[in-house]
Amino acid sequence: MIFWIIIGWVGYCLLPWYMVEGGLWSFEWLFSGYPFDEDFAPALFLTAQGEKLWLVPLLIPLALPLLVLGKPKSDPIYAKILILAGALGFGWLIAQGFGIGIRGFNFDWLKALFGEPKIRQFGMGYGAMLCASAFLFLLTQGIAARGAVNGDVFVVSAIGGVITIVTAFVFFPIANMLFSAFVTEKGAYSVFVFASKFFDDRLWGLGCFWGAKCGAAWNSLFLAILVGLITTVLGLCFALVVTRSGFRFKRGMRALTVLPIITPPFVIGLALILLFGLSGSVTVFFADLFGVQPTRWLYGMPGVLIAQTLAFTPIAFLVLIGVVEGVSPSMEEAAQTLRANRWQTFRTVSLPLMRPGLANAFLLGFIESMADFGNPLVLGGNFDVLSTEIFFAIVGAQYDQGRAAVLAMVLLFFTLSAFYAQRAWLGKKSYTTVSGKGDAGVHPLMPNGLAIPVVAIATIWALFTAVVYGMIIYGSVVELWGVNNTLTFKHYVTAFSVRFEEEGIRWTGAAWDSFWTTISIAAIAAPLTAAVGLVTAYLLTRQNFAGKNAFEFGTMLSFAIPGTVIGVSYILAFNVPPIEITGTGVILVVSFIFRNMPVGVRAGIASMSQLDRSLDESSLTLGANSWQTFRRVILPLLKPAILAALVYSFVRAMTAISAVIFLVSAEYDMATSYIIGRVENNDYGLAIAYSTTLIFVMLAAVGLLQFLVGRVQIGRRTQIGAERTT
Amino acid sequence: MGGKTLKKLTTTLAGSLIVFAASMGAAQADKLTFYCSAQEDWCQLMARSFEDATGIDVNMTRKSSGETFAQIRAESSNPKGDVWWGGTGDPHLQAAEEGLTMEYVSPMRDQLHDWAISQAESAGNKTIGIYSGALGYGYNSDLLAANNLPEPACWKDLLKPEYKGHVQMANPNSSGTAYTTLASMVQIFGEDEGFEFMKGLHANINQYTKSGSAPIKAAGRGENTIGIVFMHDAVKQAVSGFPVKVVAPCEGTGYEIGSMSIIEGARNEEEAKKFYDWALSAEAQNLALEVNAFQVPSNKGAQTSESAPDMSQIKLIDYDFKKYGSSDERKRLLQKWDEDVSVLPQ
Repeated sequence: MIFWIIIGWVGYCLLPWYMVEGGLWSFEWLFSGYPFDEDFAPALFLTAQGEKLWLVPLLIPLALPLLVLGKPKSDPIYAKILILAGALGFGWLIAQGFGIGIRGFNFDWLKALFGEPKIRQFGMGYGAMLCASAFLFLLTQGIAARGAVNGDVFVVSAIGGVITIVTAFVFFPIANMLFSAFVTEKGAYSVFVFASKFFDDRLWGLGCFWGAKCGAAWNSLFLAILVGLITTVLGLCFALVVTRSGFRFKRGMRALTVLPIITPPFVIGLALILLFGLSGSVTVFFADLFGVQPTRWLYGMPGVLIAQTLAFTPIAFLVLIGVVEGVSPSMEEAAQTLRANRWQTFRTVSLPLMRPGLANAFLLGFIESMADFGNPLVLGGNFDVLSTEIFFAIVGAQYDQGRAAVLAMVLLFFTLSAFYAQRAWLGKKSYTTVSGKGDAGVHPLMPNGLAIPVVAIATIWALFTAVVYGMIIYGSVVELWGVNNTLTFKHYVTAFSVRFEEEGIRWTGAAWDSFWTTISIAAIAAPLTAAVGLVTAYLLTRQNFAGKNAFEFGTMLSFAIPGTVIGVSYILAFNVPPIEITGTGVILVVSFIFRNMPVGVRAGIASMSQLDRSLDESSLTLGANSWQTFRRVILPLLKPAILAALVYSFVRAMTAISAVIFLVSAEYDMATSYIIGRVENNDYGLAIAYSTTLIFVMLAAVGLLQFLVGRVQIGRRTQIGAERTT
Repeated sequence: MGGKTLKKLTTTLAGSLIVFAASMGAAQADKLTFYCSAQEDWCQLMARSFEDATGIDVNMTRKSSGETFAQIRAESSNPKGDVWWGGTGDPHLQAAEEGLTMEYVSPMRDQLHDWAISQAESAGNKTIGIYSGALGYGYNSDLLAANNLPEPACWKDLLKPEYKGHVQMANPNSSGTAYTTLASMVQIFGEDEGFEFMKGLHANINQYTKSGSAPIKAAGRGENTIGIVFMHDAVKQAVSGFPVKVVAPCEGTGYEIGSMSIIEGARNEEEAKKFYDWALSAEAQNLALEVNAFQVPSNKGAQTSESAPDMSQIKLIDYDFKKYGSSDERKRLLQKWDEDVSVLPQ
């Protein structure tokens, strides 16, 4: 507690209260008039000079906890004072932050009450942030002292912390954005605006049944269901081939499935055009062969479907492989002992036990397809889907943010419905097959009638993926794609040339700037994402508290919302005080953390539910508190999940585009937005060369991390075994 | 007890910091946040050349004009950008209409073409023309020959049934280029006949793309035969080595005026004005030649590329930017297009 009191005072008295221009890491303010200059002064100096007097009341909650310093935790006064101080301070901080903006009061009733004095303030800086966290944790300590969650300070603080940041960076911006669905052009609120935008023919039209176009909502829904089904089936095929067949090239197939995950957007689409477009090599070949006119069949639903299936099958595979491996061989053996043949065993035992995996794979395919932006943009033709419609409602010639909000709501409704449908389908049945007992059996092979088509499908699809990636590499080393096929390395040279001079290496290539920014932002975001995700997973699996379901829903929300909506809502919410971070690297890091956190949460929950609760209990019985238990017992056992979360968030931070395109700025340009700029400018060679380089960089990173996972796992197992026996 | 000693400690610490800080002087370099909506390499060149010319640090962000407009509007209560250069004129006019940009009369005006100044006057001096480009179309000559199609020369040629499935344009709802096309047709043929033209065209269109220059890029790659775009975009394809021919339609055509505006509430207003004046100079506009930008510069003294479409040979209509750039007229035309044209079967 003393720690947080000190933090609060430091924040109030020592550090600049407001956001310092020039970024979080510039320390220029130390030398330019600090601490008296209005821009850099701590709150104490501001108020002492008679400025920003609305910060004075914060002194009360800062001073209050000093009263109970010597008192024991069990004293009821202790808890009351802390809760009072924390709530007062935090509440006042937020109230003043929203109440007084860059142009004085933000609300008309405040103006009515106090007139319009010449007051203004910028976004919160170090000082305000420290104060806010101090108040927050004083509050949680007070709540813990009252006996919530067995008086466990760590758990209450963790819950408070996660709720606060999820509210600030997920609920607040999204609610802010969705509200604009009800705003008329003149800024008033009205339900009719929403209705007129909602019941739009472009959204719900069913014209495709009689030759015209269908609405974007139906297109998206239909496409997402198809993609979900196909990716699940293909993913299952791959998983079965890898675990239950004698197929020889299993390892190669497994490696191939990783590729699409680490591929920047647009690249698959461009490769497909090169193969199957109007002048694509495959199209032209077959047109010549059969003497027919080549067509533009690729543009529209077929193209988007192929591209999304290519991109999302690996995700289904990764979900299913764990489940398929997890089905206990003993159960299958039991079925066989009871005279079931291999086909019966598969159909009545193995397949039903895979239901959770199938449902999850479908759900992920469905959501990814709904939120996908790059593929429909390149291959969509006249096939409109929600994600691109949202983007062009905002940046297109309509400038209709309200329409974007309405479309986002429809999209969100679809994804959430899918989420609940999945839960309902799984029901409350038990699918547990992994128990503490020894389970040394071997998975039976697939029945032959199944094995042949499954291996055939998997092989054909794997070959197809290989061809597409071959095209990508080829595209990066030809002069001008599709026109001049002379081999050249000039695109790599333009992007990544370096010059060795006396002062050292000079990065002269055009791509270096965005390359280093991307790598460093991804590297900063990855560990933070993993940390937030795992703490959340710990709270969800190991602790019980009121509002847990709503809490879980909130953490999944940012995953289900398309990046475009996140991007715009972040600009709208974080361009003005109290949290003013647009144009900085911070906003990119924050957006990646909350976009990718749900995967960390899922991975964490999955591995944590495998850990027996008796481990925690014995640790607690031996006198450790829950923080020590988390750090010493659970965390070491979670290393594989940590690394999975790290890999995923690192890779996604390097390949994400839809949110990023709104958040990049001059100083912080990301690789993907740079690539899109090149594509727009016809530099296909450069764009593909850059993408290919990114693919190899990420392959190296993933390989390195996988190598670490393997080693850590083995090392830890023996160590834990040793500890247990002693 | 800890609290009081702590407070003492912090005050003494703060005191020593004051002395320390007071002894250091503050020296901040001039800087400019530059939103650019032209092609990437042109933006880079403008930013670096302005830095060389003035010593002002430039922070450049490149986004399409629609994205930049969306960003400026989102940032309006706390502007981050100073000057917005490039991109088609409509969003600049729209920004002026909404009060997002600032009034400024540059001393460079007497060096400019009339169309650049009339652009400024129609927006209450809140924006100004920096280059112009005429609307037209381009075709892939290989594909045209492969399909035994005649070479088109006029707008009305595109309505011929043999071009069915060979024409591409952007969706006016998402692209400024396509909106300019719609507004030009209305001005060339009159509103009723203009919409009849759009309906006839609709029957031949194979795809309404999202982005304005996508049709001609698709034509370059051999994915489409004819693309309705700004002619300088088509020229760029041809110069890049793709088999693209550029057509200036015989009936006359509309044009865009690429514009520049200073953002209202700019944090570096002085620097923004310096950039504004510099960008209107002949030497700044000559930079376009280095990056294959084939628009016509607004400074009378600036050079135009040899490959650029010769504006004196093109029949330009008297495009009414004030009327067709206003949001009411835009909404009306787009809605009419949505209801009368886009729903027709193809």
